[in-house]
Parts: sequence; structure tokens; C-alpha cells
Amino acid sequence: MIANFGFGILLITFFVTVYSAVTASVSNPKGLALFFRGIPTRRTRLIADWLEKRDHPQQSAALVESARRAMLLVWPLLTLASGLLIYLLINNHFEVQFVYEVTSRSMPTYLKVTAWWGGQAGSLLFWSWLMSAFASLVTLRKWDRDREFLPWVILVLCVTLAFFIGMTVFFENPFAQLYQTPAGVDAFLIQPADGILFTPEDGRGLNPLLRHPGMIIHPPMLYLGFVSFVVPFAFAIAALITGRTDDRWIRITRRWTLWAWLFLTLGLVLGGRWAYDVLGWGGYWGWDPVEIAAFMPWLTGTAFLHSVMIQEKRGMLKHWNMLLIILTYDLVIFGTFLTRSGVLSSVHAFAQSAIGPLFFGYIVVTFVVSVGLIIYRWGSLRSETEMTSLLSREALFLFNNLLFMSILVVCFWGVIYPLTSELFTGSKVTVGPAYYERANGPLFATLMFLMGIAPLSAWGHSTMKTLGRAIWKPTIGAVVVTAIVFATYTRNVYAIIGFFLVALVILVTLYEYWRGARARQKSQSENIFTALWNLTGRDRRRYGGYIIHLSMMLMAIGILGIELFQVETQGTLEVNEQASIGGYDVVYEDIARFIGPDGREVTRAVLGVYQDGAYLGELNPRIDYYFDAQQQMTIPGQRSTMKDDLYVLLVSWEPASATGATFKIFVNPLVNWLWMGSLLFLFGIVIAAWPDKDPERVAVPAGKQIRQASAAD
Amino acid sequence: MAKRPIRITQYAILFIAFMMIFLALSIVSAQGPAPTDDEVNKIAKKLYCPVCENTPLDVCPTEACRQWREQIREMLSEGKTEDEIIDFFAVTYGERSTGDPRDKLKAYLIPVVAILLGAALLVSALKAWKKPIVTESTPPTREAKQVHQDEYIAKMEEELKKRK
Repeated sequence: MIANFGFGILLITFFVTVYSAVTASVSNPKGLALFFRGIPTRRTRLIADWLEKRDHPQQSAALVESARRAMLLVWPLLTLASGLLIYLLINNHFEVQFVYEVTSRSMPTYLKVTAWWGGQAGSLLFWSWLMSAFASLVTLRKWDRDREFLPWVILVLCVTLAFFIGMTVFFENPFAQLYQTPAGVDAFLIQPADGILFTPEDGRGLNPLLRHPGMIIHPPMLYLGFVSFVVPFAFAIAALITGRTDDRWIRITRRWTLWAWLFLTLGLVLGGRWAYDVLGWGGYWGWDPVEIAAFMPWLTGTAFLHSVMIQEKRGMLKHWNMLLIILTYDLVIFGTFLTRSGVLSSVHAFAQSAIGPLFFGYIVVTFVVSVGLIIYRWGSLRSETEMTSLLSREALFLFNNLLFMSILVVCFWGVIYPLTSELFTGSKVTVGPAYYERANGPLFATLMFLMGIAPLSAWGHSTMKTLGRAIWKPTIGAVVVTAIVFATYTRNVYAIIGFFLVALVILVTLYEYWRGARARQKSQSENIFTALWNLTGRDRRRYGGYIIHLSMMLMAIGILGIELFQVETQGTLEVNEQASIGGYDVVYEDIARFIGPDGREVTRAVLGVYQDGAYLGELNPRIDYYFDAQQQMTIPGQRSTMKDDLYVLLVSWEPASATGATFKIFVNPLVNWLWMGSLLFLFGIVIAAWPDKDPERVAVPAGKQIRQASAAD
Repeated sequence: MAKRPIRITQYAILFIAFMMIFLALSIVSAQGPAPTDDEVNKIAKKLYCPVCENTPLDVCPTEACRQWREQIREMLSEGKTEDEIIDFFAVTYGERSTGDPRDKLKAYLIPVVAILLGAALLVSALKAWKKPIVTESTPPTREAKQVHQDEYIAKMEEELKKRK
């Protein structure tokens, strides 16, 4: 009954979304007429004439309002549907196919709730639910100055929503129930005439890899990043359709983009942490196709964040910004498609089905239509100013964009190469880390170099002389740091280059802070701390961005550490026997096998860790075997410091065996800088994205009103 | 005279025993010590499980992968090199079992060409955009230099005044 109700709600939501999209698209015949008039054919001219005759402003406003209200209905409806699904998950309604596939009686309640996004059907509903929340937030903003965008923003948001809700309703419905028919047990949305409801005793349980606490937060973050990038895309399309192609759409969506970027970055970092804790590979990133699928929109999104500044400051790169946000949107859909289509082999492909072709079709259609709109508006997107120097900030940002796009090309080709190889030669291939690291290593290094010099170049014009004058002090500092690293830590060439670049970026960024704070000190007579505080507060975007640069460098230290200096060993130890690696002595003390509270079989070892004879503590690597899913998880025992991580895996142990237990031990130098960097990143982006007071709502003295309004733009 | 044939037999047995020990020792020394887990994993890390999805062979927990790792150990003890073992896996289980595409040209050509095209596009766009700044032929005056040095501070102050 509840499942039927949930199905009904989903169906209604789909129709409401379609209604909203259709109403929004027909609400503005004049706008549509303008669009058709831009295409120089006889037929389109006739359509434009017909549409203009049907333009009634009052009726248009009513239709837009109707579309807006319909879109506002979507989130409550999807919340109701999601609430019903969670009820079914928590209460073991195994007659519902989705509940049967992702939960079991032994699972704790919090995991039954997170199972919502643990399978195909539920995760599509989850995606739609988050998307609808963002759509509602967008419609609740103040639209007075941007009324012409509203119907088109609603249209894009609702088309995206309708696609995902349609997928949920017609192909991957989480409310489908199991029925016993003469042909056997199968899932149906409506009870078949000859079928009776079939309720299995227990469910199959969630994939053990998804039972980790990291999975509670990683997918929502990633999905939040994905769905929030739809908002700037919707405004971009609205700008293209309406012809209002100035930088207004960028200014409206700047914070949306930053929050989207925040969520996507956090999703990636949390995914890395989850992989580090759960996959038992000793690393955080394996260049897996699904990891790359989430990384690709991040690359275009990051390029977009930099390149929109050129449009805002110099009125340039309008075509490029449009293309970047379209690419980001389609890569978001592509990422969702890759995880679910089954076209690629991946350790993360948790949910696969036959919806792949539909996703593919949607990506092709949206990309072609969007690029068509750019071509249609090509003339009005021309640059307002010209490039004056190859060392100007805008030129360096362009090089930065080239590098992001190059990394994207490498990643995209690496993902699709197995497909093309199989398609054209019949040979199945795997593209592993060696390809990505070889191809991307120099690109990342150049990107870091640009991060070092770009903050010191000026908008409009910079010369070697001005740049050199600004950079020499940080460069000397970086050389000194590198020399210290060379003398005390490593002589690896790649590491030396990497640490030099890290030092350069950090010192340049700190130097920029210092220069700004000194300038304030002189002009405002503030002490250095107040000057720093006010400096950041007055230009949060710039100085928040610098904090993000610093955080990226901390992450780079962690990446350099684990990639270049990781050591590992594997061996079978008897009780009280020890293994030594990276200055640590690990003594195998004990092992036990028992049944855990949630029904899994736990094999847990006890190892003592020593360094130079001093006892540092105990590690407990374990193997969890889940009977319901018939799958095991290898959970490492970890000892973390800023210097390194001691990471021990229990590879195998049999109670009847007299050969001892086999352990794999990693020492991962500097890896915790990666996680620390991600915390600093969070701080930086919150500063950069923190909302200013809306200038339109700030009460100002009458005399200053006109000036304030223009400053807002 | 009666002892002579016995002594010959004793020497013969001693010689055969010595030869057998020598042979056994030379076989053992030719084989060397059994390959360690680390030596096996060093190669397994470069291979992918031919069955599981995108899982490196050194970390795959399945029984099939354990057997493949043992196969690497056997091949190492037979004196096979890393390249020979990787080649064997590529031929036996398909190129899918190696993590690095073997046809480097095919794998790297497209991205390299695409990046070079992108760079060429960018350079041509920059050339098209670039408007040379008209520079004065006379050297800048001392005042002008001073102004340039203080440009940053002046800009900052101007910005602060605006925002006050």
C-alpha cells in the first residue's frame, strides 16, 4: 500500500515537473519569437510572426508564476516520496524490490537510511530530491531585476528534473514490488492479475563497501556538487535564449558555482578518504573511471571559476565561459551515466542497469542544443576588450584554462579508450594509474607554476620586469626551502621539483597577503592582524581564493609524499614475530575471529607498534565477512601522524593453519597533509562564497543610492 | 689382495654420493631462494585482475587472484623477468590484465594531438586579441618610476576609499 502510494506520488511529481517545463517554455511567446527571428529562414519567420501575435504580457506573467509554483511543488512531493521510501527501508519491507536489494534485517537503522543512495533506483530519487531542493531555492530568490531569465531557468531545471524523475518512474522505480506469478517471482509496479505479493524472509543487504560511515556523507556531497552545477548552467542557457549575454548571469550564479565547487571538491576528498579506509589498497585514488567521472566536471568547473573572472573584469571569453558551463553540466550527467550504465568496469560501479542509452541520448541532445545556442548568439558574445599582454592576469588565466582542459582531455581519453579499443579493434584494455600519472604529471606541475605567478600579475598589463620584481623574493624563499628539503629529506628529482613549486605557491600567496596587509597598515593605521582581517573581509573572493591555493598546496604535499615515498612490504608472521618497515617495528601479538553485532564475521589481529624500541601503540587490522552479501572487506589498522601513516592490512589468516597470519604493511609519508589541506580548503571556500549583504536590500542614505546600485553590478 | 675390490667399491660409492650432493647443491643454487611476497606484489601491482572489475592484482582478495599471484611466484622462481611475466599475462588473459596500454602510440597520440591543437588555438586567439601597447621611446622619469612602484599601494588605497 505504502509502495503504491509512493509510486503514485512519483508519477504525479513527474507530471508536475513536465507541466512546469512546458508552461515556462510557452509563457513567453515574445521571447520565443525573438529567438526564431534570429534564424533566417522563411518558416522560422512565420513562426515568429505567429508567436508575436500571441504575446499578452499579463497572461505571460501568470503562466510564469504558474510554472514557478509548480516547480516549488516538486521538492515537497519528492520529500514525501523519499520519506515513504525511508519508511519502507527502515521497516524491512522486503516485498519492495529495492528494499530487498539494499537492506537486510541485521543492518543498523542508520545504514538502512543511507541505503537510500546505495542502489540505482534510490540514488536516482536522491539525485532528483537534491536537485528539486536547489530548484526551489533558485525560484525563491529575488527576481525583480532578472525577470526575463525566470521562465528559461525554470525550463532548464525542470527538463533536468523531468529526465531524472522520469528515469525513476519508468525505468528504475524504487517502489516496484515483488510478485509471485506462474512464471516466477518478478518486480511489478502494479499487481499483475495472476500474481500475489511475495515477501522474502530477509534482504540481500547493502554492498559491504557502502556500509562505511564515509558513505553516509560522500555520495550526498558529490551529488550536491553535481546538482548545484545545474543552476549556473540554467542561467547560462537563459542568458543565451534571452540574448542578455552580458555578465549578469555570471554575477547571479557566482556563489552557486562556488558552493557547487565546494560540494564537488569535498565529495572527491571524502571519496578519497573512503577509498583509503575501506578499499584496503593503501591509497586514496586509483584513477578508476568512476573517480575520474567525478573529477572531470571538477576540472571544467575549476576552469570556469577562473575564467569567469576574465569576463567580469575585462568583458572577454564570453563564448568560452558558456562552453565551460555547458561542458560541466554534461560532464555531471556523464559522471552519473558512467556510474550507472555498466559500460565501464569500475570498482565503484555499484548500480548498473540498461538506462545507459537514455543517459547517453540526453547528454548528446543537451550538448548539441546548448552549443547550437552559443553559435546562434555568437555575435553578441564577442569580447568587449582586447588582450594587451601575454603576462597579464587574464592571459595567465587562459593558460590555466588550457592546462585544465588538457588534463580533462587526458582523463576523458583514458576513460573512453577501453571503449574505443574494444569497438574498433575488439581488444579489451585497462587504462591504469601509469597512463594518467605519466600524462598528467607535467600538466599538474605547470599548473602549480601558474598558481605561483598568476596572483602577482596585473589585470590588463604585466611585463617580465614587473612580474620579476614581484616574484624574486618568494622565489628565493622557495629555493631555500627546496635546498633544505634536498639536504634533509630527499634527492628524488620529481620530489625536488614538486616541493619547489609547492614552496613557491605558498610563499607567493603569503607574500600577497603581506603586501596587502602592509598597504592597509600604511593607509588605515591598523595593526597587522586587523589589517589582515579587514583585507580578507573587503575582498573575500580574492583572499578566500588564496586560502584555497594554500590548501591545494597542502594537499599537493600529501600527494607528493604518498606517490613518491610510499613503501610497502608483505609477509607471513608467527605470533610474537616482527616485521620492520620505514623505521617502524610491527609485532604480531594476537588474532581472534568472532561474530559482530550486525551478523558479520570479524577476524581481528592485534599488532604492537614500536619505533627505536619505544612502544607506540596497538593496531587492529581486520577482515569483515558479510554473510548476507557474501563479500569481505579489508579494514586497515592505521597510525597517523603528520610525518606519515603506518597502514597495516590483514591479508589472510586461517584458524587451522600453522603458518601464521599474512600482513601487508604500508608507510605512507605526509599523507595527512592531504586531509589537513581539505579542511583548509573548506575554510577558504566558505570565506570566498560567504554572501555579501544584498546591495538592493541595504538601506543607504538617499544621496548615495545611485552610486551603491551601480557598484552592485 | 682380498681388500682391494672393497676399497674400489667404497671409493665409487663415495664419488657417486659426492656427485649427487654437488648436483643437488647446484640445482638449489640455480633456483635461488623462493620469491618473496614483495617481489610478487611488485609485478602484481602492474597487473589487473582478469576477472574482477578494475582491481589491481596485488590487492584483489579473490581466490582466483591468489592463484594468479602464485603463478607469478612460480614464474619468478623459474627465472622469468618482470617483462616476460607481464607479457605472459597479456597474451594469456588479454591486454585488459595489464594496467598500461601496450600500444603507446594509440593510447597517447589522441590526447597529445588534442592538447597541441588546444595550445595552437590559444596562441592564435591570443595573437588575434593582442593589441600592442604604445610605448614611449623616452626612458621613464624618476617620478614615473616612483609612481609605478607605488602603483599597488595607490590602487589599494583607492579601493579602500571606494569601499569606506
